[in-house]
Formats: sequence, structure tokens, C-alpha cells
Amino acid sequence: MAGSSFDSRRRFLNDAGRIVSAAGLAAAWPTLVRAQGKPITVGFLYTGVRQDYGWNQAHTVAARQIGKLGGVKVIEQENVPETAEAEKVMESMIRLDGTRVLFPTSFGYWPFILKIAAKYPDVLFVHAGGLWKEGDPKNTIGYRGYMEEPHYLCGIAAGRMSKTGKIGFIGAKPLYFIFNNCNGYILGARSVNPKATCQVVITGDWNNPVKEAEAVNSMVDQGVDVIVGNCDSPKVVIETAERRGVYSCGYHTDLSALAPKGFLTGAEWNWGKGADFVRAWQTKGTYPNLLRGGFKRDMVNLSPFGKAVPEAVRAEVLKARQAFADDKLALYQGPLRDNEGNLVLKAGQRIDNEDNKYKLGVKFLVEGAIGKTGLAR
Amino acid sequence: MRARAETALITAGALALAFALFGLFLLANRLNPLEVYAVLWLGGFGTSFSLQATLTQAAPLMLTALCVAIPARAGLLVIGGEGALVAGGVCAVLAGVAAAGLPAAMGTVLVCAAGAAAGGAWIAMAGALKHLRGVNETISTLLLNYIAIALLNHLVSGPIRDHAVSLKVTSWSIPQAYMVDAIPGIGVHWGLALGVLACLAAYVLLRYSVPGFAIAVLGGNARAAQLVGLPIGRLTLLACALGGAAAGLAGAVEIVAVHGAASSSLVVGFGYAGILVAFLARQNPLAIVFFAFLVGGISASGGLMQRRFDMPDAATQVLQGMIFLCVLGSNALYGRLRVFRVAGAGA
Amino acid sequence: MTGSELGWWGVALAVVGGAIRVSTPYLFVSLGETLTEKSGRVNLGLEGTLLMGAMSGYGASYLTGSPWLGVLAAAASGALLGLLHAAVSNLPRVNDIAVGIALFIFGSGLAFFLGKPFVQPQAPRLPTLALGGFSDAPAIRAALEVSPLFFIGIALAFAMHWALPNTRWGLIVRAVGDNAEAARTAGYPVNLTRTLATTLGGVFAGVAGAFLSLSYPGTWAEGLSSGQGLMAVALVIFARWHPVHCVWVSLLFGGASALGPALQTVGVTGYYYLTGAAPYVLTLALLIASSSRRHRLAGAPGELSINR
Repeated sequence: MAGSSFDSRRRFLNDAGRIVSAAGLAAAWPTLVRAQGKPITVGFLYTGVRQDYGWNQAHTVAARQIGKLGGVKVIEQENVPETAEAEKVMESMIRLDGTRVLFPTSFGYWPFILKIAAKYPDVLFVHAGGLWKEGDPKNTIGYRGYMEEPHYLCGIAAGRMSKTGKIGFIGAKPLYFIFNNCNGYILGARSVNPKATCQVVITGDWNNPVKEAEAVNSMVDQGVDVIVGNCDSPKVVIETAERRGVYSCGYHTDLSALAPKGFLTGAEWNWGKGADFVRAWQTKGTYPNLLRGGFKRDMVNLSPFGKAVPEAVRAEVLKARQAFADDKLALYQGPLRDNEGNLVLKAGQRIDNEDNKYKLGVKFLVEGAIGKTGLAR
Repeated sequence: MRARAETALITAGALALAFALFGLFLLANRLNPLEVYAVLWLGGFGTSFSLQATLTQAAPLMLTALCVAIPARAGLLVIGGEGALVAGGVCAVLAGVAAAGLPAAMGTVLVCAAGAAAGGAWIAMAGALKHLRGVNETISTLLLNYIAIALLNHLVSGPIRDHAVSLKVTSWSIPQAYMVDAIPGIGVHWGLALGVLACLAAYVLLRYSVPGFAIAVLGGNARAAQLVGLPIGRLTLLACALGGAAAGLAGAVEIVAVHGAASSSLVVGFGYAGILVAFLARQNPLAIVFFAFLVGGISASGGLMQRRFDMPDAATQVLQGMIFLCVLGSNALYGRLRVFRVAGAGA
Repeated sequence: MTGSELGWWGVALAVVGGAIRVSTPYLFVSLGETLTEKSGRVNLGLEGTLLMGAMSGYGASYLTGSPWLGVLAAAASGALLGLLHAAVSNLPRVNDIAVGIALFIFGSGLAFFLGKPFVQPQAPRLPTLALGGFSDAPAIRAALEVSPLFFIGIALAFAMHWALPNTRWGLIVRAVGDNAEAARTAGYPVNLTRTLATTLGGVFAGVAGAFLSLSYPGTWAEGLSSGQGLMAVALVIFARWHPVHCVWVSLLFGGASALGPALQTVGVTGYYYLTGAAPYVLTLALLIASSSRRHRLAGAPGELSINR
């Protein structure tokens, strides 16, 4: 009895939907047909605005690249919160727009991806985050670059260009990848200036222009003259630094246009790797379920150098970049102390750049950092 | 009957005006209103799947709207749904984690009850401040919203943070067994059923029970209520606590039906959207169900409109704002329309 | 290096600089809301007005190349939204608090909708006055880079403080706000007065928004305002509807906002969310301490719906 009443409820909803949609469909038919045409439709979901000079922009840059592939149509939706709505948006793209490859571009979408991936085996879900593990649906991919590597390069530039030997790092939330980026930045700076120190400020929000601007001002008041901001949109950080007359490094995407005088270089994602996955899905080829890498796997990029950076520093930075690509340079190697005096790595110890487990567990800031992670060790 | 017809007609007229104005707005932005409305229909109500999306959006709104509607009955204007939801979510998680070994159904009920209690207490604080110190409840609940969000963020990134989840700042999770799935056959989580039930219960309570009647008297005329000897303080607290409990329950539902843990994803504007729904429904709990559905549908179709017309997602906010303003303005028409006037009443 | 290692002095300096920088939008919105409330209306929609002001200011500055034209555009859009609030609230039986919330939704939606093309470009910003020229320390110089709007705001506060009891219009506004019936009997145009006061309040809120987008932090983004418009209502109560008190309270809130990041630079980490909530807790505490169930708040206009 219960079964049939549930069935009839579903049928009722279905019938109701069909009946009432007649008029709507008639009007929307042309647009519907356009969406379910021949080319494969690829859908992008953003938590924020596409043109934010930050996280989302890095993805929309990739979306453009993917859109240039033959036989691909890209649709995008902004401001999708990380709640049950995300699940419905993804399903809406699949059911109403005929999307076959989805790029949900924010961490918080992962649980919802897992929920619906099994329901839609002919759709590929490509998540910007390395969360995939054995047992997860085969039509999902997690991919993410190791941003600590380009941060190391920014650190080299910062260490060479800083006149006070004080650099600054603004982070949004106390998460492992923020700490790794911060450590990379400091290690890079200290590799050229062993006495460099780094002010670390955590604002607590992915997006809070007033707090980010205040953080820059406080840092510059303390003598910091190179700042990098790890928040969703570092635009405010770069612009405020430029106005205070100090150097800045970018994050996510190419921000050099924002600070013509003070921009050094920046850490950029190369989400364009996603094009390989789309190709694979189109041609029923193979693809990895989990792809993480740094310069070696071409998953990250360095922003173009700013005017202020002299040739010698550029050469040094590019040399280190090559060393990462050739796997000759390891970010974390002993002897390494944290900023509370503990020995984290003994002399001779070397953490492979792709040792994800170690990086996930990073709860410390390296020596030279002024600040705390706030996490118990 | 006449009053109901008047309400329906005036509200329908206000909605029509709002859609017409939005149509003009679309024209000014070089969009075809008919095309846009067709997509709005398709995305919000046109297919079974769209209906599911709409109901998913509507579920929390029913509960947060009660957070405005129930105290409104007592003459209070409370806008603290966002804060009560957050308080409910946090306490739901704490209860679930603290009482981890219970049988599944009991655990779920406990978690929901904890959320409701927390939300109720949160708004009751504002009620107490109003009664004891005369602090305006609109301002105090507004401030309490910000305070609740700050507490949430602080707790979730520190004291109750789940460090095993490295990629997101989130709290400890409640036991998997306590989580609920979707209502079978509909594809929407159980929060929907709770929302409808809560609205029904609120309606019955406010209209047919003694405390409900007392609350209405208080809302109608506080001085008269005092003269008649009603316990104003207790009624104020009761109205606030019930409203807050509804919003707190919405927070608990987000935990047991969607996330399993508390994080900043609890702060997505359900509380503020609930204010809109409550006013559209003229604080009537039954009408809240309908308007939650309508507002949910507009929100749900926003994504499709964004994709089809490359229109900024803020378009749905503009539409909702216009609807709100038109419905509020239409309040002036009550008692003015000749067709509804009782024969013999003065001009 | 001169002025490089400031330590705790740096915190103090950051608080002072922050107080000046961050207080300006609070100052303008609270002055506008004071005027509106003096006439007997509450405008909770100032957040939407502020965002519209920020967006139109930034857009106008970008399109015309002049940031001051941007301020003008912001003032104009603020006036329009204030006018809308007044028009709907003037209708009988309409709750002005609800209208405010509706305007909050409408105004912010409109701002985000129309502002999409302006997220990327960089608009010319308002100039600042370098008041710290006397000092060699770059930190002090930077803290004392003050926008002219800050001084305009203070001037407006004193002007309002003088005008309300000393001009005919000021008296009408107060009469209308204290007892509408009596004012009407005396022949004062209640609705017109409230309309003008609310519109002017909107102008101020629009200018506050222009400050956010054209001066500090000097960008247009959807997360630009974190509730400054809504907080203004609390601020006005805190300041007892007294225009000059608005100046002190705005400075207080501005300094409190700057405290969090400043403390982190000297190593006081953690609790950054709680320090962020400090202004709200402070306002609530003050409300509790100064309200009484018997008397309405001293200085509150009698017609204000939040006091009944």
C-alpha cells in the first residue's frame, strides 16, 4: 500500500509538471532545443562572481580555454551557494541544459557531487579539489595544483626585492593549503635572505574587502614591504599595497594590471588541464580520478613579472621554477624548524613535492613566520 | 469570506504590478520579458525536476518565515531568523555529537529538538529584553544575527572544528545514522514536511488555542491586554520563543538533512528571505506555505535565467524586492476598495 | 629604518588610522538616518542604498573619469531610493520597517545587477589629503591620509546639530517626528517633510557608499559592505539621535573594525571573529543599559515606530 501511494505521489508530481509545463515549454522550446544540440555542453558553477580578479576568474579563464575546443559549448552559473541548492543547480544543468561535463568550482560542492554522480553515470564531474578516494564514483575527478610551489617563487622575488626584510602574508581561513602557501612563500624568501620574517594575518573570511585593506595597512605600518593575499579576490590587497607604495604578489590569476609599479609576480592556477578531461570524456578515453601536481605536471603557473623586477631576479626565479619542473627542488626539506622552535624535519629528510598526506597534515608555520595557525599539533 | 477575497484580490493585484514593473526593467535591459518569464516558469515550476528544486528552496523559508509571523501576531517585529537558524544549527550539532549512541530515530529527534530549543532561546532573549528593558526587538534581533554568525564562525574554526576535514572549515559531524534522506518519491528532504507541518501547527495554535488568542489580543492592543490582565511578559516570551524555535528547527534541518555539520554554509540568507515570505503572506502561517513556494520558485529559476540570458543572478533579488514593495504598498488599499465595502458603511 | 619596527605603537596607529578611514561611511549613513528618524521614519533599507551608491559612484567615476562626479551620481541614486522608501511608507497602513527591508533586498539586488560590468575595471579614486606631512614615519603619514569626505561629514554633523533647533525646517522636522497629529493640526506638511528627510537620508547613504568604492577600500565588489547600512540604525540609537555624537560613535566603530587585523600583526592571533563582533555586542550592551520599559529612550522622536 505504501509503495503505491509513493508511486502515485511521484506520478502526480510528474503529471502536474507535465501539464503545467505545456505553455512554458512552448515558449521556451527554441532555447531548449539550442541547449540539447550536437556539441557537448560543459557547465561551470561558481560560488561567486566570474570576474572577481581571483578564484572564480581563474576558473572562467579555463572555461574560455575549454570553450575553444571543438564541439564544446560552455554554460556558466555564478553565485551558487554550497548548500542543497548546489545539488539542484547541477541537476538543472544536466536535465534542462543537457550538460555532460560539470565543473563545480568550489570545495564545498564535493558532498553534493558524490550524491548525484551515481545517478548520472553519463556525466563527468570535475571538482576543483583533491578529495577523490578509492570507492568514490568513477565519473568524478578531483584536480588541484600545488600552489605552494609558485608561492616559493614569489618568496624568492619578495626576498630579493624587500628593502626591510619583512614580508607579509594575508590568509582567509585557517586551512592546510593556506599554511602550505604561506610556508612556501617564507621558505622562498629565506632561501635568498635567511633573516627575512613574514607577518601572517588570517582575516577569517574568504571575502572581506575592509578587513583585507586593514590588514595591508597594519602590515605596512609594521614595516612590511611585500605582501601576498590568499583570499577569494586579492584585488583589494594588491590595490591597497600599490597605494601604500609597497610591492605585492598575486594569487589565483594574473593581477599584474592592478599594480603597475609594485607587482612582482604571482601564483596562478592552471585549471586549463580540465580541457584534457573534457576531451577524454568526449572520446571515451581514459582520465585520472585524482590529479594533483605543481610545475612538474603543469598544474600551476607563474604570473608575468612586473616592471619593477630586474633581470637577475627574474632569472633566479625562473631557475627555481625549472628546478620544480625537473623535480630537483623539494619545498620541505630538513633541517626545518617551525616558528615555535620545534624541529620539524631533520637534516637529510626530504618531503616529496607530491606527498599529499604530509601536506594535508601541515599545521605549523615555518621559522620566520610571525603568527599562528591556531591549530593544535 | 469577504475579507479573504479582498486579501486574495489585492495581493494578486500587487503581484501582477510587480511582474509588470519587472517586465519594464527587463525591457530596459534589452531582454524580452515574455521569454524571461517563460524560463522563470520552466525553471521554477515547469517540470517535475523544477518543482523539486523549488520545494528544496521553499522548505527552510517556511520555517524562517514563522520566526517573523508568530511574534508579529504579538505585535513584535522580529528579524532574527538568520541568527536563530545559526544558533539552532550549532546546538543541533553539539547535541548530535554529545549523544552519539542513541538509536537513529531518537537521535534525529533529539538533534532537531536541540536546534529548535536553541533558536527559541535566542529569540526569547530579545523578547525578554523587550519586556524587561524596553529594548526594541527589531534592532536587538538584528544585532543578535551578527553576534550569532560571529559565534558560529569562531566555534567552527576553533573549539568545535573537525580537523580531520582539512579542506573546509567545518564543525564535528553528527553521527551518520542521525541524518535523514529525501522524502521518498519527491526528491526533497524531510525539512519540507516539517515546514508544512510547522505552518499548520502555528495556524491552529494561533487561531484556536487560548495562548494563541491571548497573543493576538496582545498584538492588537498592548494596553488593552494589560488592562484585561494578560501576562504580557510571558506572552511576549512565548511568541518569541515559538518563532525562534521554528527558525532554529530550520537550522537543525540543514544539519540533519543537508550538511551533517555546521559551517559558514549555514549563513546563506534563509532568515532574511523568510522575512520577505512572512510579509507577503501577511503573517498568516497558511499563506506562508504558498509564498514560500512562490519565492522558492523564483530563486530556483534564477539559475536557469542566469544561464539562458547571461543575466546576473541578482535579477531574482530585484524581482523579489519589487514584489515586496508592491505587496507592502498594497496594504493601503485594504478597506478602500468599494466592491468589498460592507453596505451602509461610511465612505 | 625609520618607523619600521613599531610593535604596539603600530596597533595604536592602525586603530587611529582605521578609525578615521572606516568611520566615514558609518558617519554619513548615521547622519542620514538621524535626519530620517528625527522626522519619524525608520529606514532599514540603507544597506541597499549604500550599495547602490557604491556601485553608481564607481561606475560614474569609471565612465566619466572624475571621482567627484561619481560621488554626485551616488548621491543621486541614494536620493532616488530614499524617495522610493518615503513614497511607499507614506501610503496609509504601511509599516516603514518592512519597507526598509524590502528596499534592502531591492537596492542590493539592483546594485549587483547593474554593477556586474564594473567589477573588473579600475575607476579613478577620490584624492586624499596628506595631513601627516609633518612626520617622517611612513606609518604616521599613511594613517593620516584622510579623505576630504571625512571632513565634509564632520561639517555636516555640526551643521545638522545647529540646523535642527535653529532653522524653521529643522523645527518642522522635529515637530513632525515627535507628534504627527499636532504637527498636522499646526499646518505642517507631514508627508512632505518625511519625504524630504528620507530622501536626504538616502543622499547621505549613497555618499557613504561612494566612499567605500572610491576611497576606502576603493573597489567595487559584491562583498563590499558588511552591514554598515544596517548598523547605522543601531548607531543612531547609540548616539541618541544627536548628530555630533554620531561622529564619536562612528570613530569608535571604525577603530574597533581596525583592531582585529592590527592585533594579528603584533602576534595576538585567534579570536578574530569575536573581535569582529565587538561593535555589535557593544551596541547591544549599550541599548540594554540605556533602555527602560517605562520611558522611551531620551532623545527619541515620539513618532518612531521602533519606540512604540
